[in-house]
Amino acid sequence: MQFDPFVIPFNIGLYFILIYAVVRSIIWFRDLSRPDKLRLQRGFFGKAFGQSLKEIFLESLIHRKILRTNPRLGYMHMSLAFGWFLLILFGTIEADIFGEKHLNPPYKAIFFKFFNPGHGIGGFEAGYAFLMDLILLFILSGLFLAVIKRFTPKVVGMKKSTKLKSLDRVALTSLWLIFPSRLIAESLTSGEYGSGSFLTGTLGSWLASFLPAGELAYPFWWLYSLSLGTFFILLPVTRYLHIPAELFLIFMRNSGIRTGDKAGSYSEIQAHSCSSCGICIDQCQMNFSAGINNMQPAYLITAIRNNEDTSEIALNCLMCGRCDQKCPVGIEISAVRMIQRREVYTGPEFRNVWKGYFRLRNGDHTPKPNGHHVYDYLPETAGSEKTDILYFAGCMTHLTPAISRSMVKILDASGLKWSFLDKDGGACCGRPLMLAGNDKEARELINHTSEMIWKSGAHTLVTSCPICYKVFRESYYLDIEVLHHTQFIKNLIDEDLVRMNFLHKRVAYHTPCELGRGTLVYSEPKDVIRHVAILEETGYEDENSLCCGGSLGNIKISSRDRQKIAVDAAARLTSRNPEILITSCPLCKKTFSAATSTKVADISEIVAEAVIIPKTEKPPLKHSLPVAEAVNIF
Amino acid sequence: MITGNVVVVGGGVAGMEVAGQLARSGCMVSLIEKESSAGGHIKEWHHLFPDRRNSMEVTDYLARQINHDNITLLTGTTIARMGYGKKVFTVDTENGKSISADAVVVATGFDLFRSERKEEYGYGIYDNVITSADLEVMFRNGEIKLTDGRRPEKIGIVHCVGSRDEKVGNIYCSKLCCITAVKQAMELKEHLSDARVYCFYMDMRMGGALYEETYRESQEKYGINFIRGKVSEVGETIDHKLIIKVEDTLVGRPLRMELDMIVLMAGMEMSKGGEQMAQIFGLKTGENRFFAAADHHYGSNESNVEALFFAGSCTAPMNITETISHARAAAAEVICYLRKAER
Amino acid sequence: MEKFGFKISKTRVIDFDQNDKSVAEFIYTNEPSFRLCIECGGCSATCTAGNFIPFSLRELQILLKRGETEKVKDNIEKCMLCGKCSLVCPRGVNTRNIIELAKRAFKTPELHAV
Repeated sequence: MQFDPFVIPFNIGLYFILIYAVVRSIIWFRDLSRPDKLRLQRGFFGKAFGQSLKEIFLESLIHRKILRTNPRLGYMHMSLAFGWFLLILFGTIEADIFGEKHLNPPYKAIFFKFFNPGHGIGGFEAGYAFLMDLILLFILSGLFLAVIKRFTPKVVGMKKSTKLKSLDRVALTSLWLIFPSRLIAESLTSGEYGSGSFLTGTLGSWLASFLPAGELAYPFWWLYSLSLGTFFILLPVTRYLHIPAELFLIFMRNSGIRTGDKAGSYSEIQAHSCSSCGICIDQCQMNFSAGINNMQPAYLITAIRNNEDTSEIALNCLMCGRCDQKCPVGIEISAVRMIQRREVYTGPEFRNVWKGYFRLRNGDHTPKPNGHHVYDYLPETAGSEKTDILYFAGCMTHLTPAISRSMVKILDASGLKWSFLDKDGGACCGRPLMLAGNDKEARELINHTSEMIWKSGAHTLVTSCPICYKVFRESYYLDIEVLHHTQFIKNLIDEDLVRMNFLHKRVAYHTPCELGRGTLVYSEPKDVIRHVAILEETGYEDENSLCCGGSLGNIKISSRDRQKIAVDAAARLTSRNPEILITSCPLCKKTFSAATSTKVADISEIVAEAVIIPKTEKPPLKHSLPVAEAVNIF
Repeated sequence: MITGNVVVVGGGVAGMEVAGQLARSGCMVSLIEKESSAGGHIKEWHHLFPDRRNSMEVTDYLARQINHDNITLLTGTTIARMGYGKKVFTVDTENGKSISADAVVVATGFDLFRSERKEEYGYGIYDNVITSADLEVMFRNGEIKLTDGRRPEKIGIVHCVGSRDEKVGNIYCSKLCCITAVKQAMELKEHLSDARVYCFYMDMRMGGALYEETYRESQEKYGINFIRGKVSEVGETIDHKLIIKVEDTLVGRPLRMELDMIVLMAGMEMSKGGEQMAQIFGLKTGENRFFAAADHHYGSNESNVEALFFAGSCTAPMNITETISHARAAAAEVICYLRKAER
Repeated sequence: MEKFGFKISKTRVIDFDQNDKSVAEFIYTNEPSFRLCIECGGCSATCTAGNFIPFSLRELQILLKRGETEKVKDNIEKCMLCGKCSLVCPRGVNTRNIIELAKRAFKTPELHAV
């Protein structure tokens, strides 16, 4: 018995998906930029290969990251992925050892029981059958969780499950049918032949006691094969493409490929690698504070895959980066979203063809109109007076004069030569335009402000605004040191250029998104605070910090929803009743001030309150002002 | 005459008036005030709008109202707990007193908006940015001067500070700030005849009796200038002058002006004390956080709790006239209730 | 005074019935807070771009509502999207989305054409 017609659906599906994988890989590879091609080649034959294999094992099969964030959800993913992998692996070995001959076609392993119905009755065979039953049970337990999750997401610890499109439903049904139909088919066959282990054997003999097991088994073998075949054929047009896509993603990432700012193979593979697990939804404050549930990464990526218009939801995100931290697949979500934002103005770069089995570069992709300069009204920058330290308050800081005043006081106290670049208001730094996807316009502002900075001759640029700080660091080509004021104050303390009294106040610190996850400035602000006050934990430290809700990243959110997020975030941050909620961003300060009765202040304010003003302006502080004397002055 | 014990919470204009009215009708009244003396916000006011009479005349009237044998004035007292059973309230004060009452009148009034919450206006940051309340103190002291002792020559008055501003969570109009601005502008001119005074407004809301006439008078007799636009920022020049950023919306161009002094017309908010009462008595509040009366038209003194009534600006911003009328209506409601309960 | 690209209209009258208000309608639908403006001018006063040129968001909004779109078209791009306006707006108007929608509407007329 070498062949039976029921294996045909499975075979068609299997060979289809294999051929598809090869063709698609070629297309993906072809669309990579030259440097990325080289990276991938180097990665494939180098150390990255081993690392990728390890990561595939840990993440694609074991799902370690999901297990850490949410053990029940992780178990569900692990039992399905790792269990299925084990079933195929041990099934192949089983067919190889116990089958008629070695090196069988794949279907022999999958339908081993059908072709060897009497297998597994005694000795080593029974032990092996036990193992196979155990693996099947492992998978079925995960499947059980998956079914429950679909109907009541809370059971697996999820607040929200993702929505499905109709093809996904068919694929999901066939996926769900695979293992139960295998269980029943194997059980019935076992029941007829008196074989099978604790699961299939027991179930089989019980079924055979009142059912014609022999006749019933055959249709279930057909069902098993059909569900497998259907699943494989639908795989490229459903979200289940994430299973193979993640393998590509891991190889590419370990070879050093990153998203970049344009759509391409890598961003596309990332979009396909999303399993819609929904962890991003649970992390999202838009969801848990404002009840908005249509714009989270899982939804955005689904919309991208379905070729839907993403212009509204792409812009409806705070860009706080909390989801980036937690994505178990490691998709660079914010970078992918930024690509969609840029496409709001340029039109999509790719389109789906053949019902989405392939995606092709858009032929009529329109370049950005408006060849003219938008901000040519900005005045020529005059050569200003030369200075050492340049202070740039930023637009928002002009609405929080307590911050700029404090910085003036601190800068004066330091005795350094400094000047205030935007005292009477400057141009915007360009980051808000970038966040809206208008890179070209942003570049005009960047050039304008860069010129002003260059002409000042300063060696250090200090800004009070994390939004400005991020863009200065990442998109300006400045050959001077760029510091956020928290870092600058930290340096002043380290170099003993300012001295401060200790204010006996219990304070909490909120890490702004752009300063924390955005530019990885975590420790300096806290170090500065510890110099002047008693810093207490909030429960939302560092990369786990919250967004204040005021983020410029979101262009669509209503002020009412912003307020909901702000009130909720402020309540969480002040749950341990600090005297002051400290932040280091004018926008966070402004947003929180309207959302809590707790006093909100910027770091610069408490430092300015504590700073000891030196008695004389020049000779250096160290020699002229002993600490004891300084305290008396205050 | 009527008998009954009534607790009045809040010894401001409304509380004093309602206590006086009830005492004269025969009720025994406990008037509870958290401060060391009764009087409320009016104590801090120098002259009242629109007729600019001295506020002392009204406080004297109120003092006479509560000078009655049936009134026990408990100053420096706040309420800790309260219970209601068998138609009797048991009100426990923080300092350990327990009072039983057949009815309660809540007259907790309002708090002035804390202007430092509008950080962009620089209150508490720049010298010479003051509030309408600070200016009244200056009027009372008879001297208008800057922190360095000079007399201001150019003064800006900013309307709607903490009112009609969803950024501070108050979308309602405090209704009295426009007329206060006009009144204070005229008084500033009386003190400093050479000074120039500019009012920055979004809308001039002159709905009360004699308000519009006062507005007209301020233009005609005092030469007050009105500029339509919401001030967005206040800054400081190198020589410590204040600089205001506003759009002159009627011209359609941004306007910048240097000023010596800025007066912020702080709006009215539900009082902290009122919020505590809402918790203790389980009282409903509206979207504006003031108490929500049982009916907007014919039940503005009634609450969602039986035998508990509202008087004055704890239900909405009100001027003195309205507050006294509302307090009298509250007294009438209490008497009506006690009569029914007697039967 | 510089005219910053405003064309001098043929008549002084706003021809309200004839004017094409479809851009405003498009914005009303997609950003309901567009209706909330009370013309206080806070946005224009604080505007970073308005610091350099006669750019008034308050004016552009009211012009859109009256269907005087030509004047808006030439100026709307001058916004830097810095967001100060949305921070000072006492009515919670989502100013940046209005700019975004207006820009998109001008670029893609089929979004709002009647």
